[in-house]
Amino acid sequence: MISVHNLSKRYGGRTVLADVSTRFPARQVTSLIGPNGAGKTTLLMMLARLLSPDQGEILLAEQPVHDIRLADYARRVATLRQSPGINLRLTVEELVGFGRFPYSRGTLTETDRHAVADAIEFLSLTPLRQAYIDELSGGQRQMAFLAMTIAQQTDCLLLDEPLNNLDMKHAVQIMRALRRLCDEQGRTVVLVIHDINFAANYSDRIVALKQGRLHFSGPVADTVTEARLQDLYDLDFDIVRSERGRLCNYFNPQGDWS
Amino acid sequence: MSIPSVLSLGFVLLCLVSLAVGVKPMAWHALLSLSGDAWTTLTASRLPRLAAVVLTGVGLPMCGVILQQIVRNRFVEPATSGGLDAARLGLLVSLILAPAMGTLGRMLFALVFCLAACALYLAIVRRIHFRNTVMVPVIGLMYGSVLSAIAEFYAYRHNILQSMQGWLLGDFSKIVEGNYEILYLTLPIILVTYLYAHRFTVLGMGEDMATSLGVSYAVTAGLGLLLVSVTVAVTVITVGTIPFVGLVIPNLVVLYYGEHLRHTLPIVALAGACLLLVCDLISRLLIYPFEIPIGLTAGSVGGVLFLLLILRRNR
Repeated sequence: MISVHNLSKRYGGRTVLADVSTRFPARQVTSLIGPNGAGKTTLLMMLARLLSPDQGEILLAEQPVHDIRLADYARRVATLRQSPGINLRLTVEELVGFGRFPYSRGTLTETDRHAVADAIEFLSLTPLRQAYIDELSGGQRQMAFLAMTIAQQTDCLLLDEPLNNLDMKHAVQIMRALRRLCDEQGRTVVLVIHDINFAANYSDRIVALKQGRLHFSGPVADTVTEARLQDLYDLDFDIVRSERGRLCNYFNPQGDWS
Repeated sequence: MSIPSVLSLGFVLLCLVSLAVGVKPMAWHALLSLSGDAWTTLTASRLPRLAAVVLTGVGLPMCGVILQQIVRNRFVEPATSGGLDAARLGLLVSLILAPAMGTLGRMLFALVFCLAACALYLAIVRRIHFRNTVMVPVIGLMYGSVLSAIAEFYAYRHNILQSMQGWLLGDFSKIVEGNYEILYLTLPIILVTYLYAHRFTVLGMGEDMATSLGVSYAVTAGLGLLLVSVTVAVTVITVGTIPFVGLVIPNLVVLYYGEHLRHTLPIVALAGACLLLVCDLISRLLIYPFEIPIGLTAGSVGGVLFLLLILRRNR
Protein backbone atom coordinates (compact mmCIF):
# COMPACT_ATOMS: atom_id res chain seq x y z
CA MET A 1 0.00 0.00 0.00
CA ILE A 2 1.11 3.53 -0.74
CA SER A 3 -0.06 6.39 1.43
CA VAL A 4 0.66 10.07 1.03
CA HIS A 5 0.53 12.62 3.79
CA ASN A 6 0.15 16.38 3.37
CA LEU A 7 1.88 16.54 0.00
CA SER A 8 2.48 19.98 -1.45
CA LYS A 9 4.28 21.16 -4.56
CA ARG A 10 4.77 24.62 -5.99
CA TYR A 11 6.19 25.63 -9.36
CA GLY A 12 7.39 29.19 -9.16
CA GLY A 13 4.52 30.98 -7.46
CA ARG A 14 1.86 28.52 -8.55
CA THR A 15 0.63 25.82 -6.20
CA VAL A 16 0.05 22.61 -8.14
CA LEU A 17 -0.56 20.36 -5.18
CA ALA A 18 -1.73 21.52 -1.79
CA ASP A 19 -1.87 19.40 1.33
CA VAL A 20 -2.97 16.16 -0.31
CA SER A 21 -3.37 13.11 1.93
CA THR A 22 -4.79 9.86 0.65
CA ARG A 23 -3.96 6.20 0.25
CA PHE A 24 -3.67 3.68 -2.55
CA PRO A 25 -4.58 0.26 -1.12
CA ALA A 26 -2.68 -2.85 -2.14
CA ARG A 27 -4.21 -5.21 -4.72
CA GLN A 28 -6.62 -2.58 -5.99
CA VAL A 29 -6.89 -0.47 -9.09
CA THR A 30 -7.04 3.19 -8.14
CA SER A 31 -7.87 5.87 -10.70
CA LEU A 32 -6.71 9.43 -10.29
CA ILE A 33 -9.30 11.66 -11.93
CA GLY A 34 -10.02 15.36 -12.19
CA PRO A 35 -9.99 18.27 -14.64
CA ASN A 36 -6.83 19.37 -16.46
CA GLY A 37 -4.32 21.03 -14.18
CA ALA A 38 -5.70 19.35 -11.08
CA GLY A 39 -2.28 17.93 -10.14
CA LYS A 40 -2.96 14.28 -11.01
CA THR A 41 0.23 13.75 -12.96
CA THR A 42 2.25 15.69 -10.40
CA LEU A 43 0.98 13.37 -7.68
CA LEU A 44 1.73 10.28 -9.76
CA MET A 45 5.24 11.51 -10.60
CA MET A 46 5.87 11.98 -6.89
CA LEU A 47 4.78 8.41 -6.21
CA ALA A 48 7.23 7.38 -8.94
CA ARG A 49 9.96 9.51 -7.35
CA LEU A 50 10.42 11.44 -10.56
CA LEU A 51 9.46 14.61 -8.68
CA SER A 52 10.14 15.40 -5.07
CA PRO A 53 7.47 17.07 -2.94
CA ASP A 54 8.12 20.45 -1.29
CA GLN A 55 6.32 19.22 1.78
CA GLY A 56 4.79 16.02 2.99
CA GLU A 57 5.67 12.39 2.95
CA ILE A 58 5.06 9.31 0.84
CA LEU A 59 5.06 5.90 2.49
CA LEU A 60 5.43 2.60 0.66
CA ALA A 61 4.31 -0.16 3.03
CA GLU A 62 4.82 2.19 6.00
CA GLN A 63 8.37 3.05 4.86
CA PRO A 64 9.26 6.58 3.69
CA VAL A 65 10.11 6.28 -0.01
CA HIS A 66 13.12 8.56 0.12
CA ASP A 67 14.77 6.01 2.44
CA ILE A 68 14.61 3.37 -0.27
CA ARG A 69 17.50 3.11 -2.71
CA LEU A 70 16.55 3.97 -6.29
CA ALA A 71 17.68 0.56 -7.54
CA ASP A 72 15.53 -1.18 -4.90
CA TYR A 73 12.57 1.07 -5.56
CA ALA A 74 12.69 -0.04 -9.21
CA ARG A 75 11.93 -3.59 -8.03
CA ARG A 76 8.86 -2.47 -6.09
CA VAL A 77 7.34 0.31 -8.17
CA ALA A 78 7.24 0.51 -11.97
CA THR A 79 6.24 3.65 -13.80
CA LEU A 80 4.97 4.22 -17.32
CA ARG A 81 4.84 7.84 -18.32
CA GLN A 82 2.41 9.25 -20.82
CA SER A 83 3.70 8.63 -24.36
CA PRO A 84 7.28 7.91 -23.34
CA GLY A 85 9.30 9.74 -25.99
CA ILE A 86 11.41 6.75 -26.81
CA ASN A 87 12.74 6.86 -30.33
CA LEU A 88 15.18 4.02 -29.81
CA ARG A 89 15.19 1.34 -32.43
CA LEU A 90 14.57 -1.76 -30.34
CA THR A 91 12.47 -4.83 -30.98
CA VAL A 92 9.50 -5.45 -28.71
CA GLU A 93 11.34 -8.32 -27.07
CA GLU A 94 14.45 -6.20 -26.44
CA LEU A 95 12.35 -3.38 -25.00
CA VAL A 96 10.47 -5.70 -22.66
CA GLY A 97 13.82 -7.20 -21.68
CA PHE A 98 14.85 -3.82 -20.33
CA GLY A 99 12.00 -4.09 -17.86
CA ARG A 100 14.22 -6.67 -16.19
CA PHE A 101 17.05 -4.18 -15.77
CA PRO A 102 16.42 -3.63 -12.03
CA TYR A 103 17.12 -7.33 -11.44
CA SER A 104 19.75 -8.37 -13.91
CA ARG A 105 21.45 -5.07 -14.77
CA GLY A 106 21.10 -6.00 -18.40
CA THR A 107 22.31 -9.52 -19.05
CA LEU A 108 19.16 -11.61 -18.96
CA THR A 109 19.03 -14.76 -16.88
CA GLU A 110 16.67 -17.68 -17.38
CA THR A 111 14.23 -16.15 -14.86
CA ASP A 112 14.36 -12.87 -16.75
CA ARG A 113 13.62 -14.58 -20.05
CA HIS A 114 10.59 -16.23 -18.49
CA ALA A 115 9.34 -12.93 -17.10
CA VAL A 116 9.77 -11.30 -20.52
CA ALA A 117 7.98 -14.13 -22.30
CA ASP A 118 5.17 -14.05 -19.71
CA ALA A 119 4.67 -10.31 -20.04
CA ILE A 120 4.58 -10.55 -23.83
CA GLU A 121 2.19 -13.48 -23.66
CA PHE A 122 0.02 -11.69 -21.08
CA LEU A 123 -0.67 -8.85 -23.53
CA SER A 124 -0.86 -11.20 -26.57
CA LEU A 125 2.10 -9.49 -28.20
CA THR A 126 3.82 -12.74 -29.20
CA PRO A 127 3.39 -12.17 -32.97
CA LEU A 128 5.10 -8.77 -32.64
CA ARG A 129 8.12 -9.98 -30.64
CA GLN A 130 10.64 -9.28 -33.37
CA ALA A 131 9.04 -6.06 -34.65
CA TYR A 132 10.85 -2.76 -34.10
CA ILE A 133 8.87 -0.47 -31.83
CA ASP A 134 9.38 2.54 -34.09
CA GLU A 135 7.48 0.66 -36.79
CA LEU A 136 4.44 -0.22 -34.66
CA SER A 137 1.13 1.61 -34.46
CA GLY A 138 0.50 3.85 -31.45
CA GLY A 139 -1.68 1.25 -29.76
CA GLN A 140 0.76 -1.59 -30.29
CA ARG A 141 3.62 0.55 -29.03
CA GLN A 142 1.69 1.44 -25.89
CA MET A 143 1.05 -2.28 -25.34
CA ALA A 144 4.79 -2.95 -25.73
CA PHE A 145 5.64 -0.33 -23.13
CA LEU A 146 3.04 -1.77 -20.80
CA ALA A 147 4.60 -5.21 -21.30
CA MET A 148 7.95 -3.72 -20.30
CA THR A 149 6.39 -2.30 -17.15
CA ILE A 150 4.73 -5.63 -16.38
CA ALA A 151 8.01 -7.51 -16.89
CA GLN A 152 9.47 -5.37 -14.13
CA GLN A 153 7.30 -7.57 -11.83
CA THR A 154 6.80 -4.91 -9.22
CA ASP A 155 4.02 -5.00 -6.67
CA CYS A 156 2.95 -1.58 -7.73
CA LEU A 157 2.40 -0.09 -11.20
CA LEU A 158 1.98 3.61 -11.86
CA LEU A 159 0.59 4.67 -15.22
CA ASP A 160 0.11 8.17 -16.54
CA GLU A 161 -2.79 8.31 -19.00
CA PRO A 162 -2.12 4.90 -20.53
CA LEU A 163 -5.11 5.29 -22.87
CA ASN A 164 -3.92 8.50 -24.46
CA ASN A 165 -4.45 8.48 -28.24
CA LEU A 166 -5.58 4.87 -28.32
CA ASP A 167 -8.53 3.54 -30.25
CA MET A 168 -11.38 1.90 -28.34
CA LYS A 169 -10.17 -1.64 -28.81
CA HIS A 170 -6.66 -0.98 -27.55
CA ALA A 171 -8.05 1.07 -24.68
CA VAL A 172 -10.27 -1.83 -23.59
CA GLN A 173 -7.38 -4.28 -24.00
CA ILE A 174 -5.14 -2.21 -21.77
CA MET A 175 -7.77 -1.69 -19.08
CA ARG A 176 -8.64 -5.39 -19.06
CA ALA A 177 -4.96 -6.22 -18.73
CA LEU A 178 -4.64 -3.89 -15.74
CA ARG A 179 -7.73 -5.43 -14.15
CA ARG A 180 -6.28 -8.92 -14.62
CA LEU A 181 -2.92 -7.86 -13.21
CA CYS A 182 -4.74 -6.80 -10.09
CA ASP A 183 -7.15 -9.74 -9.82
CA GLU A 184 -4.92 -12.59 -10.97
CA GLN A 185 -1.52 -11.45 -9.78
CA GLY A 186 -2.43 -9.26 -6.83
CA ARG A 187 -0.67 -6.17 -8.08
CA THR A 188 -1.46 -2.62 -7.08
CA VAL A 189 -2.28 -0.30 -9.95
CA VAL A 190 -2.52 3.48 -9.81
CA LEU A 191 -3.37 5.33 -13.00
CA VAL A 192 -4.16 8.80 -14.15
CA ILE A 193 -7.11 8.64 -16.50
CA HIS A 194 -9.37 11.13 -18.24
CA ASP A 195 -12.10 8.82 -19.46
CA ILE A 196 -14.50 8.69 -16.53
CA ASN A 197 -16.26 5.64 -17.96
CA PHE A 198 -13.10 3.56 -17.99
CA ALA A 199 -12.33 4.77 -14.48
CA ALA A 200 -15.82 3.88 -13.25
CA ASN A 201 -15.90 0.43 -14.84
CA TYR A 202 -12.38 -0.83 -14.23
CA SER A 203 -11.21 0.62 -10.94
CA ASP A 204 -11.85 -0.25 -7.32
CA ARG A 205 -11.16 3.16 -5.98
CA ILE A 206 -11.29 6.74 -7.18
CA VAL A 207 -9.11 9.60 -6.04
CA ALA A 208 -10.37 12.92 -7.39
CA LEU A 209 -8.25 16.05 -7.44
CA LYS A 210 -9.30 19.57 -8.29
CA GLN A 211 -7.06 22.62 -8.38
CA GLY A 212 -4.29 20.82 -6.54
CA ARG A 213 -6.48 19.67 -3.67
CA LEU A 214 -8.02 16.34 -2.85
CA HIS A 215 -11.67 16.69 -3.84
CA PHE A 216 -12.90 13.29 -2.74
CA SER A 217 -11.73 9.70 -2.64
CA GLY A 218 -13.28 6.32 -1.96
CA PRO A 219 -14.68 3.17 -3.55
CA VAL A 220 -16.27 3.54 -6.98
CA ALA A 221 -19.77 2.89 -5.64
CA ASP A 222 -19.52 5.87 -3.30
CA THR A 223 -17.72 8.29 -5.55
CA VAL A 224 -19.13 7.81 -9.02
CA THR A 225 -22.39 9.63 -8.40
CA GLU A 226 -24.08 12.45 -10.33
CA ALA A 227 -23.63 14.98 -7.55
CA ARG A 228 -19.94 14.36 -6.97
CA LEU A 229 -18.96 14.24 -10.62
CA GLN A 230 -20.99 17.37 -11.38
CA ASP A 231 -19.17 19.12 -8.62
CA LEU A 232 -15.77 17.86 -9.80
CA TYR A 233 -16.07 18.60 -13.51
CA ASP A 234 -18.72 21.38 -13.55
CA LEU A 235 -20.69 19.31 -16.01
CA ASP A 236 -24.14 17.82 -15.95
CA PHE A 237 -23.89 14.05 -15.44
CA ASP A 238 -26.44 11.33 -16.03
CA ILE A 239 -25.27 7.95 -14.70
CA VAL A 240 -26.96 4.90 -16.18
CA ARG A 241 -26.48 1.68 -14.26
CA SER A 242 -26.90 -1.63 -16.01
CA GLU A 243 -25.73 -5.19 -15.45
CA ARG A 244 -22.66 -4.40 -17.55
CA GLY A 245 -21.60 -1.54 -15.34
CA ARG A 246 -22.03 2.20 -15.09
CA LEU A 247 -22.27 4.59 -17.96
CA CYS A 248 -21.61 8.22 -17.19
CA ASN A 249 -23.27 10.41 -19.77
CA TYR A 250 -22.02 13.99 -19.80
CA PHE A 251 -22.17 14.50 -23.54
CA ASN A 252 -25.46 16.45 -23.72
CA PRO A 253 -25.64 18.68 -20.64
CA GLN A 254 -29.11 19.80 -19.67
CA GLY A 255 -29.64 23.47 -19.09
CA ASP A 256 -26.89 26.06 -19.28
CA TRP A 257 -23.43 24.59 -18.60
CA SER A 258 -21.39 26.83 -20.85
CA MET B 1 27.00 -14.62 -45.73
CA SER B 2 25.87 -12.35 -42.91
CA ILE B 3 27.06 -8.78 -42.62
CA PRO B 4 29.13 -9.37 -39.43
CA SER B 5 31.12 -12.19 -41.05
CA VAL B 6 31.68 -10.10 -44.18
CA LEU B 7 32.90 -7.28 -41.93
CA SER B 8 35.25 -9.59 -40.03
CA LEU B 9 36.71 -11.00 -43.22
CA GLY B 10 37.03 -7.53 -44.70
CA PHE B 11 38.70 -6.33 -41.52
CA VAL B 12 41.40 -9.03 -41.68
CA LEU B 13 42.03 -8.40 -45.38
CA LEU B 14 42.19 -4.64 -44.87
CA CYS B 15 44.69 -5.09 -42.04
CA LEU B 16 46.94 -7.18 -44.29
CA VAL B 17 46.67 -4.71 -47.15
CA SER B 18 47.38 -1.86 -44.76
CA LEU B 19 50.56 -3.59 -43.60
CA ALA B 20 51.65 -4.23 -47.18
CA VAL B 21 51.19 -0.69 -48.40
CA GLY B 22 53.93 1.86 -47.87
CA VAL B 23 56.57 3.97 -49.55
CA LYS B 24 59.46 1.89 -48.31
CA PRO B 25 59.45 -1.50 -50.01
CA MET B 26 59.15 -4.33 -47.55
CA ALA B 27 59.82 -7.88 -48.64
CA TRP B 28 57.60 -10.33 -46.74
CA HIS B 29 60.21 -13.13 -46.85
CA ALA B 30 62.77 -10.83 -45.25
CA LEU B 31 60.52 -10.60 -42.18
CA LEU B 32 61.19 -14.21 -41.26
CA SER B 33 64.56 -13.29 -39.76
CA LEU B 34 62.72 -11.06 -37.21
CA SER B 35 65.38 -8.40 -37.66
CA GLY B 36 66.86 -6.15 -40.30
CA ASP B 37 65.38 -3.39 -42.38
CA ALA B 38 62.08 -4.99 -43.24
CA TRP B 39 61.42 -5.95 -39.63
CA THR B 40 62.10 -2.40 -38.45
CA THR B 41 59.77 -1.00 -41.11
CA LEU B 42 57.07 -3.36 -39.91
CA THR B 43 57.39 -2.80 -36.19
CA ALA B 44 58.31 0.88 -36.11
CA SER B 45 55.98 2.19 -38.77
CA ARG B 46 53.48 -0.22 -40.35
CA LEU B 47 52.17 -1.91 -37.21
CA PRO B 48 51.90 1.32 -35.19
CA ARG B 49 49.98 2.88 -38.03
CA LEU B 50 47.65 -0.08 -38.31
CA ALA B 51 47.06 -0.04 -34.55
CA ALA B 52 46.41 3.70 -34.58
CA VAL B 53 43.92 3.48 -37.45
CA VAL B 54 42.07 0.55 -35.89
CA LEU B 55 41.94 2.09 -32.40
CA THR B 56 40.68 5.40 -33.77
CA GLY B 57 38.25 3.65 -36.07
CA VAL B 58 36.75 1.77 -33.13
CA GLY B 59 36.95 4.62 -30.59
CA LEU B 60 35.26 7.39 -32.57
CA PRO B 61 32.02 5.55 -33.39
CA MET B 62 31.85 4.44 -29.73
CA CYS B 63 31.95 8.11 -28.73
CA GLY B 64 29.21 8.78 -31.24
CA VAL B 65 27.05 5.99 -29.83
CA ILE B 66 27.47 7.11 -26.22
CA LEU B 67 26.74 10.76 -26.99
CA GLN B 68 23.75 9.80 -29.11
CA GLN B 69 22.24 7.90 -26.19
CA ILE B 70 22.96 10.61 -23.61
CA VAL B 71 21.64 13.45 -25.75
CA ARG B 72 18.97 11.22 -27.31
CA ASN B 73 19.68 12.46 -30.79
CA ARG B 74 21.13 10.43 -33.64
CA PHE B 75 22.99 13.32 -35.22
CA VAL B 76 25.26 14.01 -32.28
CA GLU B 77 28.93 13.07 -32.16
CA PRO B 78 32.04 14.80 -30.75
CA ALA B 79 32.29 16.97 -33.87
CA THR B 80 28.68 18.17 -33.59
CA SER B 81 28.63 18.81 -29.86
CA GLY B 82 31.66 21.04 -29.36
CA GLY B 83 33.70 18.23 -27.81
CA LEU B 84 36.25 18.04 -30.58
CA ASP B 85 36.74 21.81 -30.72
CA ALA B 86 37.10 21.99 -26.96
CA ALA B 87 39.75 19.26 -26.97
CA ARG B 88 41.70 21.25 -29.57
CA LEU B 89 41.37 24.37 -27.47
CA GLY B 90 42.65 22.44 -24.44
CA LEU B 91 45.62 21.17 -26.41
CA LEU B 92 46.40 24.71 -27.53
CA VAL B 93 46.20 26.09 -24.01
CA SER B 94 48.54 23.37 -22.75
CA LEU B 95 51.05 24.11 -25.52
CA ILE B 96 51.14 27.79 -24.62
CA LEU B 97 51.01 27.53 -20.83
CA ALA B 98 53.43 24.63 -20.49
CA PRO B 99 55.27 23.97 -23.73
CA ALA B 100 57.54 21.39 -22.10
CA MET B 101 54.68 19.25 -20.86
CA GLY B 102 54.61 15.61 -21.96
CA THR B 103 51.94 13.80 -23.93
CA LEU B 104 50.04 12.69 -20.86
CA GLY B 105 49.78 16.23 -19.51
CA ARG B 106 48.55 17.57 -22.84
CA MET B 107 46.08 14.75 -23.03
CA LEU B 108 44.73 15.71 -19.59
CA PHE B 109 44.28 19.32 -20.71
CA ALA B 110 42.39 18.21 -23.81
CA LEU B 111 40.34 15.81 -21.69
CA VAL B 112 39.29 18.40 -19.13
CA PHE B 113 38.32 20.93 -21.80
CA CYS B 114 36.39 18.31 -23.75
CA LEU B 115 34.58 17.07 -20.65
CA ALA B 116 33.60 20.57 -19.56
CA ALA B 117 32.40 21.49 -23.04
CA CYS B 118 30.35 18.30 -23.41
CA ALA B 119 28.77 18.78 -19.98
CA LEU B 120 27.84 22.37 -20.82
CA TYR B 121 26.44 21.27 -24.17
CA LEU B 122 24.34 18.61 -22.47
CA ALA B 123 23.06 21.18 -19.97
CA ILE B 124 22.08 23.53 -22.81
CA VAL B 125 20.35 20.84 -24.83
CA ARG B 126 18.46 19.54 -21.82
CA ARG B 127 17.33 23.00 -20.84
CA ILE B 128 15.92 23.91 -24.21
CA HIS B 129 13.37 21.45 -25.52
CA PHE B 130 13.77 21.29 -29.26
CA ARG B 131 10.85 20.17 -31.37
CA ASN B 132 13.10 19.57 -34.34
CA THR B 133 15.76 16.90 -33.91
CA VAL B 134 18.08 18.62 -36.37
CA MET B 135 18.26 21.66 -34.09
CA VAL B 136 20.28 19.72 -31.52
CA PRO B 137 23.35 19.10 -33.71
CA VAL B 138 22.96 22.56 -35.28
CA ILE B 139 23.26 24.12 -31.82
CA GLY B 140 26.26 21.82 -31.26
CA LEU B 141 27.93 22.99 -34.45
CA MET B 142 27.37 26.65 -33.51
CA TYR B 143 28.72 25.99 -30.05
CA GLY B 144 31.74 24.21 -31.56
CA SER B 145 32.35 27.15 -33.88
CA VAL B 146 32.40 29.53 -30.93
CA LEU B 147 34.97 27.33 -29.18
CA SER B 148 36.99 27.12 -32.40
CA ALA B 149 36.90 30.87 -32.78
CA ILE B 150 38.23 31.29 -29.25
CA ALA B 151 41.00 28.80 -30.06
CA GLU B 152 41.90 30.60 -33.26
CA PHE B 153 41.98 33.97 -31.58
CA TYR B 154 44.15 32.56 -28.84
CA ALA B 155 46.47 30.93 -31.41
CA TYR B 156 46.63 34.14 -33.43
CA ARG B 157 47.68 36.11 -30.35
CA HIS B 158 50.48 33.62 -29.72
CA ASN B 159 51.54 33.30 -33.33
CA ILE B 160 50.84 29.60 -33.69
CA LEU B 161 47.84 29.82 -35.96
CA GLN B 162 49.69 28.00 -38.72
CA SER B 163 50.71 24.99 -36.66
CA MET B 164 47.19 24.82 -35.23
CA GLN B 165 45.76 24.51 -38.74
CA GLY B 166 47.82 21.33 -38.96
CA TRP B 167 45.75 19.64 -36.25
CA LEU B 168 42.52 20.58 -37.92
CA LEU B 169 42.88 17.61 -40.20
CA GLY B 170 43.48 14.16 -38.84
CA ASP B 171 46.66 12.64 -40.20
CA PHE B 172 48.15 9.19 -39.62
CA SER B 173 51.36 9.81 -41.59
CA LYS B 174 53.35 10.90 -38.56
CA ILE B 175 52.45 7.86 -36.49
CA VAL B 176 55.57 5.86 -35.66
CA GLU B 177 56.67 3.74 -32.73
CA GLY B 178 57.03 5.92 -29.65
CA ASN B 179 54.51 8.68 -30.36
CA TYR B 180 51.14 6.98 -30.59
CA GLU B 181 51.07 4.58 -27.63
CA ILE B 182 48.70 6.77 -25.62
CA LEU B 183 46.04 5.71 -28.11
CA TYR B 184 45.99 2.36 -26.33
CA LEU B 185 43.99 4.13 -23.62
CA THR B 186 41.09 3.63 -26.02
CA LEU B 187 41.17 -0.11 -25.28
CA PRO B 188 39.95 0.08 -21.67
CA ILE B 189 37.44 2.73 -22.77
CA ILE B 190 36.02 0.36 -25.36
CA LEU B 191 35.79 -2.38 -22.74
CA VAL B 192 33.98 -0.17 -20.20
CA THR B 193 31.62 1.08 -22.91
CA TYR B 194 30.75 -2.51 -23.74
CA LEU B 195 30.22 -3.43 -20.09
CA TYR B 196 27.98 -0.39 -19.56
CA ALA B 197 26.16 -0.83 -22.86
CA HIS B 198 22.85 -1.70 -21.18
CA ARG B 199 22.97 1.39 -19.02
CA PHE B 200 23.58 3.61 -22.03
CA THR B 201 20.63 2.05 -23.82
CA VAL B 202 18.47 2.72 -20.76
CA LEU B 203 19.74 6.31 -20.76
CA GLY B 204 18.57 6.59 -24.35
CA MET B 205 15.02 5.99 -23.08
CA GLY B 206 15.14 9.29 -21.23
CA GLU B 207 15.73 10.37 -17.68
CA ASP B 208 12.29 9.35 -16.38
CA MET B 209 12.44 5.85 -17.80
CA ALA B 210 16.01 5.44 -16.58
CA THR B 211 15.01 6.51 -13.08
CA SER B 212 12.07 4.13 -12.97
CA LEU B 213 14.43 1.34 -13.99
CA GLY B 214 16.72 2.28 -11.12
CA VAL B 215 19.48 3.93 -13.16
CA SER B 216 20.83 7.25 -11.98
CA TYR B 217 20.83 9.57 -14.97
CA ALA B 218 23.49 11.94 -13.64
CA VAL B 219 26.01 9.23 -12.73
CA THR B 220 25.63 7.29 -15.97
CA ALA B 221 25.67 10.39 -18.18
CA GLY B 222 28.75 11.63 -16.31
CA LEU B 223 30.53 8.35 -16.89
CA GLY B 224 29.56 8.42 -20.56
CA LEU B 225 30.91 11.93 -21.03
CA LEU B 226 34.16 10.92 -19.32
CA LEU B 227 34.58 7.93 -21.65
CA VAL B 228 33.92 10.14 -24.66
CA SER B 229 36.33 12.83 -23.46
CA VAL B 230 39.22 10.42 -22.91
CA THR B 231 38.79 8.94 -26.38
CA VAL B 232 38.47 12.33 -28.05
CA ALA B 233 41.47 13.70 -26.13
CA VAL B 234 43.85 10.87 -27.06
CA THR B 235 42.65 10.92 -30.67
CA VAL B 236 43.09 14.67 -31.03
CA ILE B 237 46.61 14.73 -29.65
CA THR B 238 47.90 11.74 -31.63
CA VAL B 239 45.94 11.85 -34.89
CA GLY B 240 43.96 15.06 -35.06
CA THR B 241 40.30 15.48 -35.87
CA ILE B 242 38.39 13.05 -38.06
CA PRO B 243 34.81 14.06 -38.77
CA PHE B 244 31.74 11.96 -39.59
CA VAL B 245 33.04 8.52 -38.59
CA GLY B 246 31.30 8.81 -35.22
CA LEU B 247 28.10 9.80 -36.96
CA VAL B 248 27.87 7.58 -40.01
CA ILE B 249 28.77 4.21 -38.53
CA PRO B 250 26.28 4.23 -35.61
CA ASN B 251 23.51 5.47 -37.90
CA LEU B 252 24.17 2.76 -40.46
CA VAL B 253 24.23 0.04 -37.83
CA VAL B 254 20.97 1.29 -36.27
CA LEU B 255 19.19 0.83 -39.60
CA TYR B 256 19.95 -2.88 -39.74
CA TYR B 257 20.52 -3.97 -36.16
CA GLY B 258 18.63 -1.51 -33.96
CA GLU B 259 19.96 0.07 -30.81
CA HIS B 260 20.34 -2.73 -28.30
CA LEU B 261 23.90 -1.62 -27.67
CA ARG B 262 25.21 -4.85 -26.17
CA HIS B 263 24.32 -6.52 -29.46
CA THR B 264 25.31 -3.74 -31.80
CA LEU B 265 28.53 -2.34 -30.30
CA PRO B 266 30.75 -5.13 -31.72
CA ILE B 267 29.32 -4.45 -35.18
CA VAL B 268 29.81 -0.71 -34.69
CA ALA B 269 33.44 -1.35 -33.71
CA LEU B 270 34.16 -3.60 -36.70
CA ALA B 271 32.43 -1.31 -39.17
CA GLY B 272 34.23 1.75 -37.77
CA ALA B 273 37.63 0.06 -38.05
CA CYS B 274 36.89 -1.09 -41.62
CA LEU B 275 35.70 2.35 -42.72
CA LEU B 276 38.76 4.07 -41.32
CA LEU B 277 41.11 1.43 -42.82
CA VAL B 278 39.55 2.00 -46.24
CA CYS B 279 39.85 5.79 -45.83
CA ASP B 280 43.46 5.39 -44.73
CA LEU B 281 44.29 3.24 -47.77
CA ILE B 282 42.69 5.80 -50.07
CA SER B 283 44.74 8.50 -48.34
CA ARG B 284 47.95 6.59 -48.89
CA LEU B 285 47.35 5.41 -52.43
CA LEU B 286 45.55 8.25 -54.19
CA ILE B 287 48.65 10.39 -54.82
CA TYR B 288 51.23 7.70 -54.01
CA PRO B 289 54.00 8.11 -52.83
CA PHE B 290 52.51 11.17 -51.13
CA GLU B 291 49.59 11.18 -48.73
CA ILE B 292 46.32 12.99 -48.27
CA PRO B 293 45.42 13.67 -44.60
CA ILE B 294 42.82 11.16 -43.39
CA GLY B 295 40.66 14.00 -42.10
CA LEU B 296 40.05 14.92 -45.72
CA THR B 297 39.31 11.41 -47.03
CA ALA B 298 37.24 10.37 -44.03
CA GLY B 299 35.38 13.68 -44.27
CA SER B 300 34.54 13.12 -47.94
CA VAL B 301 33.68 9.43 -47.71
CA GLY B 302 31.77 9.95 -44.45
CA GLY B 303 30.02 13.01 -45.83
CA VAL B 304 28.76 11.14 -48.89
CA LEU B 305 27.60 8.20 -46.75
CA PHE B 306 25.83 10.57 -44.40
CA LEU B 307 24.08 12.30 -47.29
CA LEU B 308 22.86 8.94 -48.61
CA LEU B 309 21.66 8.07 -45.13
CA ILE B 310 19.58 11.25 -44.82
CA LEU B 311 18.14 10.79 -48.31
CA ARG B 312 17.23 7.20 -47.50
CA ARG B 313 15.55 8.22 -44.28
CA ASN B 314 13.45 10.84 -46.03
CA ARG B 315 12.34 8.44 -48.74
